[in-house]
Amino acid sequence: METVNTMLKSVLIANRGEIACRVIRTAKAMGMRTIAVYSDADANSLHVKEADEAWHIGPSAATQSYLNADKILAIAIKSKADCIHPGYGFLSENADFVAACQAKNIVFIGPDVPAIQQMGSKSAAKVIMSAAGIPLVPGYHGDIQNDALLQTEANHMGYPLLIKAVAGGGGKGMRVVEKAEDFLTHLAGARREGLASFGNSDVLIEKYLIAPRHVEVQVFCDRHGNGIYLGDRDCSAQRRHQKVIEEAPAPGLSNELRQKMGNTAVEAAQAIKYVGAGTVEFLLDNSGGYYFMEMNTRLQVEHPVTEMISGIDLVCWQLTVAAGEPLPLTQNQLFFQGHSFEARIYAEDPSQDFQPSTGQITHLRTPKTDSTIRIDTGVCQGDEISPFYDPMIAKLIVWGESRKIALAKLDQALQDYHLDGIHTNIDFLRRLATLPDFSTANLHTGIIEQHQDLLLSPSLHNQQLVLAMAGLVLGTQALKTYGDCTGLRLNMPSSGFSLDALYLDSPCVITTNTSGTLNSDSLVLDYKDGKHKAGFNLTGDKLSLFTAHGKAVVILKAAKIDDFLAHNDHNTGHIKAPMNGNLIACLVTSGLHVLAGDALMVVEAMKMEHTIVAPKDGVIGEIYFKVGELVDADSQLLELIEKEI
Amino acid sequence: MATLSSSINPQSDEFKAKAAAMQLLVDDLQQQVAKLTLGGGEAYQAKHLSRGKMLPRDRIDALLDQGSPFLEIGQLAAHHVYDVAVPSAGIICGVGLVNSRYCMIIANDATVKGGTYFPLTVKKHLRAQDIALQNNLPCIYLVDSGGANLPQQDEVFPDKLHFGRIFYNQATMSAQGIPQIAVVMGSCTAGGAYVPAMADESIIVKQQGTIFLAGPPLVKAATGEEVSAEELGGADTHCRISGVADHYAQSDEHALLIARQCIANCPKTAGHPLLRKPSAEPRYPSEQIYGVVGTDLRKPFDVRDVIARVVDDSGFDEFKALYGTTLVCGFAHIDGYPVGIVANNGVLFSESAQKGAHFIELCCQRQIPLVFLQNITGFMVGKKYEAQGIAKHGAKMVMAVACAKVPKFTVIIGGSYGAGNYGMCGRAFEPNFMWMWPNSRISVMGGEQAAGVLTQVKRDQLAAQGESFSDTQEQAMREPVLQQYEHQGHPYYASARLWDDGIIDPKDTRCVLSIALATALNKPAQETRFGVFRM
Repeated sequence: METVNTMLKSVLIANRGEIACRVIRTAKAMGMRTIAVYSDADANSLHVKEADEAWHIGPSAATQSYLNADKILAIAIKSKADCIHPGYGFLSENADFVAACQAKNIVFIGPDVPAIQQMGSKSAAKVIMSAAGIPLVPGYHGDIQNDALLQTEANHMGYPLLIKAVAGGGGKGMRVVEKAEDFLTHLAGARREGLASFGNSDVLIEKYLIAPRHVEVQVFCDRHGNGIYLGDRDCSAQRRHQKVIEEAPAPGLSNELRQKMGNTAVEAAQAIKYVGAGTVEFLLDNSGGYYFMEMNTRLQVEHPVTEMISGIDLVCWQLTVAAGEPLPLTQNQLFFQGHSFEARIYAEDPSQDFQPSTGQITHLRTPKTDSTIRIDTGVCQGDEISPFYDPMIAKLIVWGESRKIALAKLDQALQDYHLDGIHTNIDFLRRLATLPDFSTANLHTGIIEQHQDLLLSPSLHNQQLVLAMAGLVLGTQALKTYGDCTGLRLNMPSSGFSLDALYLDSPCVITTNTSGTLNSDSLVLDYKDGKHKAGFNLTGDKLSLFTAHGKAVVILKAAKIDDFLAHNDHNTGHIKAPMNGNLIACLVTSGLHVLAGDALMVVEAMKMEHTIVAPKDGVIGEIYFKVGELVDADSQLLELIEKEI
Repeated sequence: MATLSSSINPQSDEFKAKAAAMQLLVDDLQQQVAKLTLGGGEAYQAKHLSRGKMLPRDRIDALLDQGSPFLEIGQLAAHHVYDVAVPSAGIICGVGLVNSRYCMIIANDATVKGGTYFPLTVKKHLRAQDIALQNNLPCIYLVDSGGANLPQQDEVFPDKLHFGRIFYNQATMSAQGIPQIAVVMGSCTAGGAYVPAMADESIIVKQQGTIFLAGPPLVKAATGEEVSAEELGGADTHCRISGVADHYAQSDEHALLIARQCIANCPKTAGHPLLRKPSAEPRYPSEQIYGVVGTDLRKPFDVRDVIARVVDDSGFDEFKALYGTTLVCGFAHIDGYPVGIVANNGVLFSESAQKGAHFIELCCQRQIPLVFLQNITGFMVGKKYEAQGIAKHGAKMVMAVACAKVPKFTVIIGGSYGAGNYGMCGRAFEPNFMWMWPNSRISVMGGEQAAGVLTQVKRDQLAAQGESFSDTQEQAMREPVLQQYEHQGHPYYASARLWDDGIIDPKDTRCVLSIALATALNKPAQETRFGVFRM
């Protein structure tokens, strides 16, 4: 391998959000000039402010901005960037882009084109890995399909196992076989379903892993033939294949297994002449068997947990290796200490099937950071969460001497993370962090699904306490306006005043004769058994309280004139957009009779499609948007006129 | 600013005894008021509620901003005046904030004699309108009244300050740009129909509000036509056909929201330019006023000990502290508002009267509101003082008070007797607001003095006829006089007749003055022009 020593003095970060800020931080610390790029939606974003310079790359849609390789490369040339850091996502695993960078003599922070290509296709990657002796989930993928051969392969593999229709998907044509006697019956069933659903009766057989864990190994290779692994991470806590809480090291692994997996990962990387930071993902079964899943040829979202236990700045290493220098440390020089967790804070509403939440962050208070608490984020209070990109807001990373300490710290830090204006998964994360199976490291990729009822149940607040806190906030606010004269009624007992409110969708009354102290964003309530602390944010008629039991939202229900107009003679209903997004389909026309539940429109937001359905029977009136137009949350999409009875 | 240091010892027996005595009076006041808030009684209130109507005080709460104070006036109006009980004269009036704007609210209480107007109901309604006019406050009428109380028509209908004056006031205030909003939440019959008709904007509640010159019985009697009240003058008739009302409300609550919106739609006018400082609590608690003052008017106290418990940070820059010492004058702040305080500390002498006139001129020159703390037996009498010209010196003070066009507030904290009442801005001198403490008394002179004068005159008459006046005779004559003066000088008697705007708990004085100041500053500053001072 040819070695080129390049002096990298400037870096363009072809990304946004927290990872752009993360890369800028290290690059600056290394004395490099940092160049950010931004779309329309990100013009005022943190990564733009933190970079030395920032270049506009296009409209908000990612395809026209952060995925626009030509444009980004042109700016890299114009801004005289020595290299491009792609972050994760977007262009980070795009081989054409890497080739284009090389053609223009701009260093791409990542592996070379062939490595990306080889790992790009999951099936091709498995063939390469199999050839290199890397363990794969045992299985039979052959063309010879006679029953006797399949039975022999199955018996050889052992049970339980899975029979899958080769053309299958969505669970159709898939059977779990517990023992050899049942094999042929299930095989026939799978073939029938495959034929009926996909017109193909061919099957494959794979070992069925019971409650496997997702364990991955961080590898690093340079251009001098050196390859090391920087420990492992457990990312089993996943929701629909999206990692939620990650940790390092993966708990409960024997040193032998850890070493074996590490070596396998390095072998895998070297099999494709890998350069830079990469991650080899394995499934780990309950008997200690581990099987290659895929390799990510980039810096991972969860890389900070590795940094926390190793003390190594992986971005710094990436830039060092990209400059052609050897790895700063050898495998034997690595030293890991303590335990680290990362929780991904998302703008999403767990109670609404994790629907992404857009809007302005009206309030943001974060736990104090130090050497054991780290926050990687790309947003500040006042920022708008747009529908265009991934809804991750921040990563909260903690470190502790032991897993137990680190986990307690994670829970506390999540409790101190107060964010308002949009929905977040913070309380969901806290419930996951305090789940007994999670605390005892009884991990597997189905852990969230298994406990979803508990994880999604509403926070257990003491309603009286919440309302008393609300009373303290609102009573004190009124005091600021009216001073001692608040609520004065001559010669009558002054009992504070009361307010109508909604809590958990039920009407309730808040009385303001509570005692305690109130600061600008926190309170201490004197209540029955003692003092209760909480953070709060009052925006308009919505009061959010951040208590020890999570966030509680009290909506002030001051009567509005509009509430009464609704009871007037009008019988027109307006259908509103659930969130900011792009109208991608309109399924009705003006004058059409529809029934309750009929689909009317489809709005796409944050890579998800939301179908707007008719809430009642009626006739479609005016339609206010055309397909392709952007709609704001709560904007009226169309008119639904109730049918005359 | 100089700070008052009070040497009162709250641990002393005297203080405790005085405080206990005042507490009894305040307790009684609160008990009287608690009864008044039941309006016409629980049975009538229940009936009112069963019709889907809100009680008048609840209507006011819903109309006001959350947390807004409500400075009620004439709370004890008609207290023990008529043969029948007419709590608060059947009408609740006061000042509060609607959409952050001070407004005068005038709400009929239909649970009290159907909300009909007794003579004192009219007087209270007119007083509320006077306050609105003097302080430039939008008026919101929550109408629910059967109109004039027919048996008392002679004292309600014909005179200048009778029923018609309500509409005269509405018209002239509207002409001055003071918003007049009527909310019809019940009957609005005959003369009463003109309240919404004369209003700038009127709101009517469906199935509840009716407006007509003659109700269904009178119509049937007059023309034989049979018609329901709703058909004759309900919300649908007036909003869709006649145009007598402007806004159609679904309920009381809805109507009050519309009224709030009407006020929001009235652009705020420029008020008084007086600058407010950040407020600071007095250094001594207001509750201690009880123990400073007590209830025995013959026991003097230093009025500075009261001032120290009312003004911001107990700060007081006294004016002419060494001259005319029976009148204490000086500058202070109440809840951040600059004020000039004029307070009695004994009988008025020529010097004190001249000092008072000087100080009032000063405040007018500088546009500083005046607060009078009244505790005055009168001007000094006797040959020496008459010869000094105490009458002309007193007249100077009266002239200054009468002509002063800055906001004026009077609190009777003790006695209010004779010409002292005039010099200290009594009712006739149109203070923006006037209150009494429960321990105070008001009459032309003290009962003792009146009895003394009357018995002396009698003795002189008898002596002229060569007859003598026995002690028994004198005692028999004194007793009824003393009783009459005690009865008629009592604050309940005074307040029942609306000689003041209400009786307040002494510890609320600071708060009440603060709201009153804020209210008065809605009126732009006025130029003062004094008359001829007798020199």
